[in-house]
Amino acid sequence: MTSWGRLGATPHNVVPLRDPVDTRFAISHQNHRGVARGMGRSYGDVCLNPGGTLWTTEKLNKFISFNTNNGRLRCEAGVLLRDIQRMVIPYGWALPVTPGTQVVSVGGAIANDVHGKNHHVHGSFGNHVKKICLVRTDGEVISCGPENEPDWFAATVGGMGLTGVITQAEIQLRRVASPWLDTETIAFANLSEFFQLADDSETHCEYTVSWIDCISGVGGRGLFMRGNHADGGGRKVPKSSKLTIPFVPPVSLVNKLSLRPFNMAYFHLNKWKAGKGSAYYESFFCPLDNLLEWNRMYGPKGFYQYQSVIPRRFAYDAIEEMLKEIARSGDGSFLAVLKTFGNRQSLGMMSFPMSGATLALDFPNHGNRTHKLFERLDAIVCEASGRIYPAKDARMPRDVFEAGFPRLNEFMKFRDPGISSGLSRRLMGS
Amino acid sequence: MDIKKKIVIVGATSAIAEHCARLWISPHPSHLILIGRDAARVNRVAADLKVRSPRSDIQVIETEFLSSEAIDTTVNSLFKSGVVDIALIAHGSLPDQVECQANLHLCQDALCINGVSPALYAEAFAKEMEKVNHGTIAIIGSVAGDRGRRSNYVYGAAKGLVNRYAQGLNHRFSGTNVKVVFIKPGPTDTPMTAHLKSTGAKLAPVETVARQIVDGIDSAKPVIYAPRKWWTIMMIIRHLPTFIFNKINI
Repeated sequence: MTSWGRLGATPHNVVPLRDPVDTRFAISHQNHRGVARGMGRSYGDVCLNPGGTLWTTEKLNKFISFNTNNGRLRCEAGVLLRDIQRMVIPYGWALPVTPGTQVVSVGGAIANDVHGKNHHVHGSFGNHVKKICLVRTDGEVISCGPENEPDWFAATVGGMGLTGVITQAEIQLRRVASPWLDTETIAFANLSEFFQLADDSETHCEYTVSWIDCISGVGGRGLFMRGNHADGGGRKVPKSSKLTIPFVPPVSLVNKLSLRPFNMAYFHLNKWKAGKGSAYYESFFCPLDNLLEWNRMYGPKGFYQYQSVIPRRFAYDAIEEMLKEIARSGDGSFLAVLKTFGNRQSLGMMSFPMSGATLALDFPNHGNRTHKLFERLDAIVCEASGRIYPAKDARMPRDVFEAGFPRLNEFMKFRDPGISSGLSRRLMGS
Repeated sequence: MDIKKKIVIVGATSAIAEHCARLWISPHPSHLILIGRDAARVNRVAADLKVRSPRSDIQVIETEFLSSEAIDTTVNSLFKSGVVDIALIAHGSLPDQVECQANLHLCQDALCINGVSPALYAEAFAKEMEKVNHGTIAIIGSVAGDRGRRSNYVYGAAKGLVNRYAQGLNHRFSGTNVKVVFIKPGPTDTPMTAHLKSTGAKLAPVETVARQIVDGIDSAKPVIYAPRKWWTIMMIIRHLPTFIFNKINI
């Protein structure tokens, strides 16, 4: 089994969870400690347990109930966000928070407290979860939510699957007038312009995100995209055409030869096309979902994603410094994303989002060279009181993790002793 | 008033059958009757389908699969409230071949649940559909029924039985409005094959297989291989000379 970063396959004892009733039996009768895994879209080792057991939740894929009047949806943990969206959109409802891919399970979205392009309005996924059914490996079943057993809830939202196996959840959806968005793309020349655009846009745009040219070294130029749900529907839903990267190329297609021309061409083409437009929600939220198995692009050694968040007061300096380090290294990716987080407090003890700015980049795995760059980036993140996103991480040192998540000791009390993952052993010692 | 198709699914907790149901209800609300051995499990599927299609009527029936009386009574009762448009017979289980060789009791169970029971259901539906000269009987078999292989011939023999049965029914109803469709899925990604997946076996997505089944039933094809490549693969396997076939470990 491997995770989305494809950094290496390790043997696992895979135990599929068939239904919520069987889950209790299945997870409490294991010789090895296990961890739940949904779609395996996490980049690093949060969804891996090398040498141990993986409880796969793909088959926990049933809806339980949906109230079309108040937008309360109950479903099992393996249901995909994509299936929820497609089911509820015709009723005028939508998930309040959608991450960069819809091919993730509800359980995974809660366990990593994922965020979307509208964090400054709606916070993260956990802000909209009303109830979770959590099954522990000792057989105990805990029903928790913001009002009921709030400590268990706070430990489980963003808890990386370490407090038990999430089998069911109740989510509060939000009304949307249309699945279409009115969008606007604006080119910016540097980070000052980015932050100015972000401040101006957050007051009147629900969705904001930026692509940033991480390789040119010309001060952080990029493309700022913003949008709001359109007022009415009626437009024909576009047919999605899916492409697949058919095999793993012998070397990474993302390299020094391809990066610079791609980033330059992408910037100038989109700058030329910049302006107002219209987009269907799926292509706006999750542009990469139509390029299947895109993680193969990085070749047999796989890739890392490095996503950090920096508090607002240090964000400008720290991100400028990180971009300089990255440009100097010559590594980087086609997809570098910069976004501001709003002030809405995450509910989870270990949730990643906090008020500030977040930078996310993919890096082909060049071994030691890549690790040296990460060490320099870690130093910048730590000095700026930032943190690294565990769902994307495969290598951060323990001290960086501990510094970034001050509620770690409080969280440890809620861990299920029958659960362990590659990440928990690397960062928490067990 | 909506005219809803009446669709009966025997073995409604089968992942392939459940995905067929999702496809049937998604464009048009239908009247689904879900038959299974364990009401709690079938109710879980029913709740999911109801959320996906609130205007569909979804009914659950718990019954025995190995009792001819229970099968007769169940199927008979379904026609009391009107004709059935589609009957999908989807139940079965994938036994362990080696265990079946060691234990005749397991072998008998595997032959009965995968072979005798679907044939009895097909016969019961045939009797009722013949009376009204309307309906489609679709039976899920397997590519394993095309040629006995050492790795799963108990399962294959049972599926082969149903294959011949469907062939005979098809012959019986030729020229009538009763259609018989026999489906041969290749290895599909379902809970039944989860142990194969963990050993690295390539499995077809259940959504793809269900789509081909629903389309095949719609056009009343007598035999459906899903995915279609299995038609080619099985044609080769069926025609391999025995002296070559016996040397292959499949």
